[in-house]
Amino acid sequence: MQSPQDWVSRYADWLIRRRWLILIGALLLALMAASGARLIGFNNDYRVFFSEDNPQLQEFEQLQRTYTKVDNILFAVEPLDGDVFSPDVLEAVEALTAQAWHLPYSLRVDSITNYQHTYAEGDDLVVQDLVENASGYSRGELGEVKTVALSEPLLAQRLINADGSVTGVNVTFQMPQKSLDEAPTAVAAARLLAEEIEDRYSVQVHMTGMVMLSNAFFESAMSDMSTLVPIMYGVIILITFLLVRSVSATIAALTVIVLSMMSGMGLAGYLGIQLSPPSSSATTIIMTLAVADSIHILVTLFAGMRQGLSKHDAIRQSLKLNMGPVFLTSVTTAIGFLSMNFSDAPPFHDLGNITAIGVMAAFILSVTLLPALMAVLPAKAAKGSSRLGLSMDRLADFVVARQRFILFGSLVFSLALLSMIPLNHVEDDFLNYFDESQEFRRDSDFINERLTGVYQLQYSLKSGQNNGVSDPEFLQKLQAFTDWLRTQPEVRHVNTISDTFARLNKNLHGDDESYYRLPQDPELAAQYLLLYELSLPYGLDLNNQLNVSKSSTQVIVTLNNAGSTQLKDIAERGSQWLKQNAGLEAYGVGPSIMFAYIADRNIQGMLVGTLVAMVLISLLIGFALRSVKLGVLSLIPNLLPAGLAFGLWGGLVGEVNVAVSMVTGMALGIVVDDTVHFLSKYLRARREQGLDSQEAVRHTFSTVGVAIVVTSLILVAGFAVLAQSSFGMNSNMAILTAIAIGMALVADFLLLPVLLMKLDRKPLSPTSTQVISHSSDKEQDYDPQLA
Amino acid sequence: MIRNWPKPRTLIRFAALLTLAAMTQAEPTSLSASQQLGLEIAREADRRDLGFGDNASELTMTLRNQYGEESVRRMRNKTLEQNDDGDKSLIVFDNPRDVKGTAFLSFTHKAGADDQWLYLPALKRVKRIASSNKSGPFMGSEFAYEDISSQEVEKYSYNFLRNESFNGRNHFVIERDPVDPKSGYSRQEVWLDTEEYRVWKVDYYDRKGDLLKTLTLSDYQQYLNKYWRADHWLMQNHQTGKSTELSYKGWRFANGYRDRDFTKNSLARAK
Repeated sequence: MQSPQDWVSRYADWLIRRRWLILIGALLLALMAASGARLIGFNNDYRVFFSEDNPQLQEFEQLQRTYTKVDNILFAVEPLDGDVFSPDVLEAVEALTAQAWHLPYSLRVDSITNYQHTYAEGDDLVVQDLVENASGYSRGELGEVKTVALSEPLLAQRLINADGSVTGVNVTFQMPQKSLDEAPTAVAAARLLAEEIEDRYSVQVHMTGMVMLSNAFFESAMSDMSTLVPIMYGVIILITFLLVRSVSATIAALTVIVLSMMSGMGLAGYLGIQLSPPSSSATTIIMTLAVADSIHILVTLFAGMRQGLSKHDAIRQSLKLNMGPVFLTSVTTAIGFLSMNFSDAPPFHDLGNITAIGVMAAFILSVTLLPALMAVLPAKAAKGSSRLGLSMDRLADFVVARQRFILFGSLVFSLALLSMIPLNHVEDDFLNYFDESQEFRRDSDFINERLTGVYQLQYSLKSGQNNGVSDPEFLQKLQAFTDWLRTQPEVRHVNTISDTFARLNKNLHGDDESYYRLPQDPELAAQYLLLYELSLPYGLDLNNQLNVSKSSTQVIVTLNNAGSTQLKDIAERGSQWLKQNAGLEAYGVGPSIMFAYIADRNIQGMLVGTLVAMVLISLLIGFALRSVKLGVLSLIPNLLPAGLAFGLWGGLVGEVNVAVSMVTGMALGIVVDDTVHFLSKYLRARREQGLDSQEAVRHTFSTVGVAIVVTSLILVAGFAVLAQSSFGMNSNMAILTAIAIGMALVADFLLLPVLLMKLDRKPLSPTSTQVISHSSDKEQDYDPQLA
Repeated sequence: MIRNWPKPRTLIRFAALLTLAAMTQAEPTSLSASQQLGLEIAREADRRDLGFGDNASELTMTLRNQYGEESVRRMRNKTLEQNDDGDKSLIVFDNPRDVKGTAFLSFTHKAGADDQWLYLPALKRVKRIASSNKSGPFMGSEFAYEDISSQEVEKYSYNFLRNESFNGRNHFVIERDPVDPKSGYSRQEVWLDTEEYRVWKVDYYDRKGDLLKTLTLSDYQQYLNKYWRADHWLMQNHQTGKSTELSYKGWRFANGYRDRDFTKNSLARAK
């Protein structure tokens, strides 16, 4: 049987011989792959986070089919002098209202000025804009407007705050959902309008809403790409240069890393993948993982040159030593990322797939383009020192000498950290996905604090018969539900048609306050509605509250900012109340509730995904090491780190979001690399050199200890960069992964060797060949001069 | 401007209209030739319907959303022509059951807001709808009141756009812009056939200038050998995917209606 080492040698020879061909060929292929990046679009719809069969999305879409959509932008107008009810500010609101009809895709505009104020005048029902031409309003008129606005349940706490210091203009959009730039187009126009109003009047304008949310996903991803990617370049250049002390090698590594990332994105483009904030973080992740591959190859290469090998021989040797391990670690990493396909959120499928593609591209380029470039470029090995290597030996001594202490210590430490895992609670509220560097977050916080809530729940109440909404019995239930909602602490505002019925009843009885109650006669109620509908202006119809056959109505509940636990709670309490007190079945739905359930949905899928990745990766390791025992043993240092990371996080922070469900599978694929390196060197020492387990541990430390430290540092650095993301899902995922990688390093250096020495005492016959590691003692000189 | 070159007969009609336009001295001279032509077409259409006197019809309104949900309303309509102002019309609702007997009276005016009253049988009172905003949906449908009320020439300014042929007919395509600032539309494009000046299609553009709705009329019948009425109106909303169909039947002319049949007090009796 031909040993794999033979064909790697032949490949290495061929590569050196045909270096120009491989260099140009690999470059061309990579550029062809990268050219797909032009096809990549950015998905600007917050709905991208939910799969087609997500039950919360389905309920929400069902509701949107029945009523007008609730994609909106809420402008909050804050007068500089703190009083909305001045001619100047009301004029600003009028101007904003009128102009907002012209925003792209806008369908409806609601404000205190175009609010359809109804009152009786003799036998007439007057229906008119609450404010018209405010610039000429007298003090008295302003006072009247204020009284109406602050006491109208439709407006108070929604479009005007209690002290009349901030007012809102809510614009509803009907997005065709045909092209990717709809939200940014609408937002750009809205911002222009806001600026214009700020210039003309002494007010400040803040914006939030679902359209702003969609756009914020886009903007945070863009701002991440423009800040994190350059930092990543800096980190790569710094690390590579520190480790190899060679300008040409740094350039070669950078070329490979950037092309890996571009190939990943480009192939994603060909596959029709659309970017979203999670999947756009693939850029940073691919670069991080690609650095590790390049560093392995380059460091061995320079070590060879320092030992006196010619550059070409050093390349041959590096390929021979690294081809197997780099391939195996790339495959395990790819499997870890592919496990994200089990999640319910398509952006994470994309992240997993793009990264898996990028990781494999990095592998291919690291064993083609990188050695070919090095064969062509001038390169000189810098003198090395081995302080880090020496400290590895001391670490080995410590581990061998203090086995019991380490084992006990690890046990206590692990149990302590693991016991803190339950301190984590999952909170997914979309505002907190964004950090304060994002305008969306700042504006939304302002609006929540000063005007109204940003989170909404919608209940669709079905009367069960055509035109049943004007049935007094149904209206009574609707009002009771509204009253109950208004007593709930989370509830800020309730928008319901029952208020309109009561108001019309009053208006049609000569504005007699005692008639501010629901009409008792179904025909009367229906006729009020007809009369009212005939009086409403363009765009301000009842389609947002009633369905086509007037058999059901929508109650829109605005909530104070709250985490997903509270959101789920109030939504469920609402459903319960309806069931018990009204015999109606309705669920609170909406974007905020969709995000509130996103973690539950994803954790279910990711449990399976992580399990599949774990089984596949363990099988792969067991097969590569030709040892079931070590395959099983490797699970401990591979799985423990994610658990320890969650525990540490639980103790320190305690709040996680949906991204947490992705971490285990992904971290597993990454941290397994260290274990593979450690175990393969250990086994080789046992099998080929016939060392006992203690000696083999010492040997392993001195051969791959530094390499493992360096790789881990690179990975931690890369994920630490991603942890700076302005988008919470990315930063949460990155920071937990970085901690897991750090924990893995500790586990591989302390726990794993002790476990090996305790459990693997039986001497081995030095016969079996290894697939993945062909390390020779020369690798001892793997010396990155870090110390 | 003229995309499809008109057939000779149309050209002759053009020439006639242009001559007519030139001869009409009352117009402000600021109108451009195409505006003048647009206005003349609208006037000619209006002129051809002059003298119908009165009519009555039954009307079924079917509302649909894009997911196939449907809702039906039924009503009866009476119209009385006025010599020097917009028509008077009376609509009595038969279905849904809970608005049965509700009657809607409107006086359209050539200038200014229309007058509207509604009789509420459950309240036994007539209420004037004192609203200047009347561009909202009519009974929750895709028709705004301004789409189905009498289309007085004075309610718009006009511009002739082009000629276009389809379904074997030649059409004038004119743009008309609502004079009322409260209108929900920035402009409308109207297709009238060159033979009988019947409206076959209207595109409605919203305030931001995007296409909002298209009205398609069909099944025209001629009454009294002169007056054309379409039995089928279909309004499609392009932005929401909703549509509303109006089916007229039982057109009757020369009913001998008088002004006193169209007063506040007549509403309660309308049934």
